[in-house]
Amino acid sequence: MSRPEEPIDRFAAAQSESRRSAVRLGSKAGHEKRTEVLFRDYADPDSLRRLAGEIKQHTLDHLDLYLERAEARREANGAQVHFAADAEEACRTVLGILQSCGARRMVKTKSMATEEIELGAFLERHGIESLETDLGEFIVQLDADKPSHIVKPIMHKDRREVARTFEGHGLGAYDDTPEVITRRAREHLRRKYLEADAGITGANFVSAESGRLVLVTNEGNSRFCLAATRCHIAVVGIEKLVPRDRDLALFLNLLGRSATGQALSVYTEFIAGPRGAAQPDGPEEMHVIFLDAGRSEILAGDARQILRCIRCGACLNVCPVYRQASGHAYRGVYSGPVGAVLTPLLAGERFPEFADLPRASSLCGACNEVCPVDIPIPDLLLRLRDRGKRAGVKPAGASPSMKTFARLASRPAAWRRALRAGRLLGFIPGPLRPRALRVWESNHVLPPWRGGAFRAWMAERKRKQP
Amino acid sequence: MKAPRVQLMATCLADAFFDDVARATVEVLEHLGCEVSFPEDQTCCSQPAFNSGDWPAARSVARHCLRVFNDAAPVVVPSGSCARMVSHGALLLFEGEGETDRAGAAELAQRTWELGDFLVRGLGVARWPGRLGMRLAFHRSCHSRGTAYAEGALTLLRSIEGVEVVEIGEGEQCCGFGGTFSVAFPHISRGMGTLKIEQVLATAADALVSGDSSCLMHVAGLADRTGRPLRTLHLAQVLRDALRAASEASA
Repeated sequence: MSRPEEPIDRFAAAQSESRRSAVRLGSKAGHEKRTEVLFRDYADPDSLRRLAGEIKQHTLDHLDLYLERAEARREANGAQVHFAADAEEACRTVLGILQSCGARRMVKTKSMATEEIELGAFLERHGIESLETDLGEFIVQLDADKPSHIVKPIMHKDRREVARTFEGHGLGAYDDTPEVITRRAREHLRRKYLEADAGITGANFVSAESGRLVLVTNEGNSRFCLAATRCHIAVVGIEKLVPRDRDLALFLNLLGRSATGQALSVYTEFIAGPRGAAQPDGPEEMHVIFLDAGRSEILAGDARQILRCIRCGACLNVCPVYRQASGHAYRGVYSGPVGAVLTPLLAGERFPEFADLPRASSLCGACNEVCPVDIPIPDLLLRLRDRGKRAGVKPAGASPSMKTFARLASRPAAWRRALRAGRLLGFIPGPLRPRALRVWESNHVLPPWRGGAFRAWMAERKRKQP
Repeated sequence: MKAPRVQLMATCLADAFFDDVARATVEVLEHLGCEVSFPEDQTCCSQPAFNSGDWPAARSVARHCLRVFNDAAPVVVPSGSCARMVSHGALLLFEGEGETDRAGAAELAQRTWELGDFLVRGLGVARWPGRLGMRLAFHRSCHSRGTAYAEGALTLLRSIEGVEVVEIGEGEQCCGFGGTFSVAFPHISRGMGTLKIEQVLATAADALVSGDSSCLMHVAGLADRTGRPLRTLHLAQVLRDALRAASEASA
């Protein structure tokens, strides 16, 4: 077999069989559970997906209005609202808030926005302890690894690997029993919550109507982050808005089922603002940082539907390419189909570096079929391929030249001659065959060339039946 | 619908490799009383260039396609993939282009049919004659997503006496062809194809059937290369074979 040349194909080829198998089986199980639960609970889940897509698209189409509304509501609720144009500004804003309230230790929940701006590393550089409290993210942090899945960050690891990590970090002697691992993490993290000065979260949704932040977790870690700390900072992508509180019914029902096959995630919190006078605990100070970091630019372009994404990971689970390649192959915070669209777009001027990602798809459309907000991902991948080509990016793989193909396919006489000449294909010695054909033949037996045979048959029939 | 005059878009793959699929399509349509014309200047639907991201090249081929099928008669394609290129892809391709292109593409899109869909929803065929003693595994090719193509094909196949249609496990998974994807990402493509072959073999079917020769070419070619040949049939070939069986039975 020939050497794989596209980066994602290379990554997939180099990956160990055990890792490939862990990712494939994990994502397959996730997809099957999602499908079972959605179709068990709803007569027509597809109409719900389309409705949710329309609501999200409507929100994006009027984002200026809804952002203003959310800002006003949150401020009325006693929270402070900030806007950050890019990752740098968002990190600096967080740092400024932490410094002004004298915070040295921070606990955080799993949040794609904070992954995106690499907040943890930034704060550590500025002398602030930043601890991931989601179990998967905690393990990723211990390993100085990267998440490989939007919802299940350690899909690429098995429990033996996790047990070795715990042993290496002084969290008990080697034991790969999942319950033991979980209990040790819990004991360690509980102490950390009590020591922390500030809690950082993302938000799954923000209602423009009430200004409420919605946080969804399965481990309850976000509640600890908020209950034990004085100051809460939420870093939220500007696309996280929904117009009204009641829209959340639809989105929460779709999110839990699409992400993990749960009717509802275990913990869902609605946070209007800092602790009120009548409330016994909760942060005294609350900040929301609305993060742009390339989103306004995406919103103005022809792939804007990607901003509907609610980060459920269903498209990763069903994606046959993700299952072969795993999340790290996508070289970004977001992997799988949504990553293949988002990563190049969020890269801004560095788009060409990631222009191979949208090509790494057979365009099978399974991602669109499962997407809870009906994002036409294959169409967006195609538009980004066009954009990559226009930016002059040359694919590394053995794609044949489409110029020659197009010249033939727009000249019928030349096309017919080529069909007849194609029979010579079998007589071209192997090494002289075009590269794409050689690659094809390394994996496949090519069917016999029958160019022109159908045309000859049609012509013959026409002669016989005047 | 009264059987109309139709234009056959044979597809470039049938033109080059699968002449029997195109012949079977003609015989199936003629059996229903359609008058089948074959515009000889046809080449390809433009999908290879479109999917490769070379949209200027794809537009020149798609414009040629619009000229060739300029006649108002319905266009029937024995491929869900090419049918989707005409009915959906071309609309994306011409989005930012002139009014003539956009109107032409929209007009061709709404009278272009995948074969099985045309028979079932276009002509209202609900049962297919003939008898074939066969266990068939049906591959829902990816371009049937969000369309009635697969349901059309399944309606026809299941109605043939003696045919048992079996489900392929993980049926939503792509076979890994994806056009130039299969040569640009040979490792991943082969991994996907291998899983598909395993699922098909697990059904113990007599043949793998699809409405797309492209998926079949990939799966069969890979199966051949790895020494476990797989019999594949296009939907049109199964329908044609059933017709032959019916006429032999009545003779």
